[in-house]
Amino acid sequence: MTVHEGLRGQAAIVGVADAVSPTGELDGSVQALEVAMIREALDDAGLTIGDVDAVFSCTWAGWAPSLGLAEYLGIAPRWTDSTQTGGSSFEVHVEHAAAAIALGLVDVAVIAYAGTPRSSFKRGGSGFASRQTMPGLTPQAEWEMPYGLRMPMGAYALAASRHMAEYGTTSEQMAQIAVDARRWAAMNPRARLQEQISVEDVLASPLEASPLRKLDCCLVTDGAGAVVLTSAERARDLRKPPALVLGTGTCHTHSMISQMPDLTTTGAVVSGALAFAAAGLGPDDVDVVELYDSFTITVLLLLEDLGFCPKGEGGRFVAEGVLGPGGSRPANTTGGGLAYTHPGMFGIFLLVEAVRQLRGECGPRQVAGAEVALAHGSGGVLSAMSTVILGTEATA
Amino acid sequence: MSAADDAPPAPTRFEPPVAPASAPFWDASREQRLVLQWCRDCERPIHYPREACPRCLGTELEFRPASGRGVVYAASVMPKPGNASMAGREPYVVALVDLEEGVRMLSNVVGLRPELVEVGLAVEVTWEPLSDGRHLPLFAAATQA
Repeated sequence: MTVHEGLRGQAAIVGVADAVSPTGELDGSVQALEVAMIREALDDAGLTIGDVDAVFSCTWAGWAPSLGLAEYLGIAPRWTDSTQTGGSSFEVHVEHAAAAIALGLVDVAVIAYAGTPRSSFKRGGSGFASRQTMPGLTPQAEWEMPYGLRMPMGAYALAASRHMAEYGTTSEQMAQIAVDARRWAAMNPRARLQEQISVEDVLASPLEASPLRKLDCCLVTDGAGAVVLTSAERARDLRKPPALVLGTGTCHTHSMISQMPDLTTTGAVVSGALAFAAAGLGPDDVDVVELYDSFTITVLLLLEDLGFCPKGEGGRFVAEGVLGPGGSRPANTTGGGLAYTHPGMFGIFLLVEAVRQLRGECGPRQVAGAEVALAHGSGGVLSAMSTVILGTEATA
Repeated sequence: MSAADDAPPAPTRFEPPVAPASAPFWDASREQRLVLQWCRDCERPIHYPREACPRCLGTELEFRPASGRGVVYAASVMPKPGNASMAGREPYVVALVDLEEGVRMLSNVVGLRPELVEVGLAVEVTWEPLSDGRHLPLFAAATQA
């Protein structure tokens, strides 16, 4: 594996914004929300739309998302990227942006996302184009859809089933991940679910796809966010302290769950190792982690695959609440996709919170002295993994 | 015995389309024969069928009979239908089955109570008719070890 050590500290996230509501709903179209986030994130950085020369979008309506977004914004970028890997798209975008910035191909990059599935459902819409209703001659239609796997929870349930059988992981252990998410959410006034829950509450919630229950599953809310990147050099003259991109890594292993080589091991083994090697850091150097918590099992697998605990030990690792406030491995400090927001894709929010933690902007949920943060996106059905390690100026 | 013999009346299943590469698989299903695609260059089975081997990109591919025996790799009970065509069948088991030949298939395990379908269960293929004469491969507990 070639490690791109040359990228370490070359680029920085300099502006962030996100919009969520405890009601789970936001006013306005996805276009309006996405543009509002871009405006806010640029303002956060002290930049303007005229500075932007790179646009990243994976969902903007039309045949080519980044073209549509740039047209809407009225800009003519010299770097364009519509990469779509599901919820990890935004971590992949950061990797691409950081590489382009390090090579001098890009000055200022904007990455944005908005989704309003909750409002859409209420209006009688479908929320998202569901994989289960996707028409046409696809491998999924031919080899998965006839069997009625509930999506996406069924795919993750299969992974949980295998992990439990192979390593003795229990539903109680996985439930603790949801309990800790609520403990963080209680300190986040914008979180959708701020009420505290117990392991027993998780186990008593309705079965969605065994062994996963309702409270093992992420939310469906509206939400939007954006991040702005530029060079570390330019970042030093901007409004807020930069979050330097210390290392990145990406790996996808499959598209459909039935093609995943090993349901207990994700591509995060590779993406994490790449990111840590590029950063010259290891798991013990990370102060705060933001892991894509589509389901409780997702967090458990990522903790193992990123090296925060040995393979198979995830259940025992999380069982005592180490992920929660005051724990030894603070994780998902917004409340995550389980309790904060989950508008179809959560990857942008992982980045926004990681940056805010490094800036010390998080109020009651601030992890004291956070210098290194790890944001990890998981896209598809444990398909596409992307790791971004960020650090303060002190880590440069 | 086909799985449909003892199943309650249910809506017609979502019927899988047929990709050009997998036509021999579905043709064999008309006679309730399970076949798998193999690469003649690297002598390994391929699932799902492709136009080229996903290991060596070889195009010398052929279909060979499969034993129909396998082991449950992972399983999940669906308390609600995953799509409209499964309404009335819940609760049912969706499982990944590792076939003897060395490939993995998504399927349903039928004919026993859902909670009895565990990782490691030995299973064998059974068939449910589709409307066009094809059959859908499902799995049931193996009748002999």
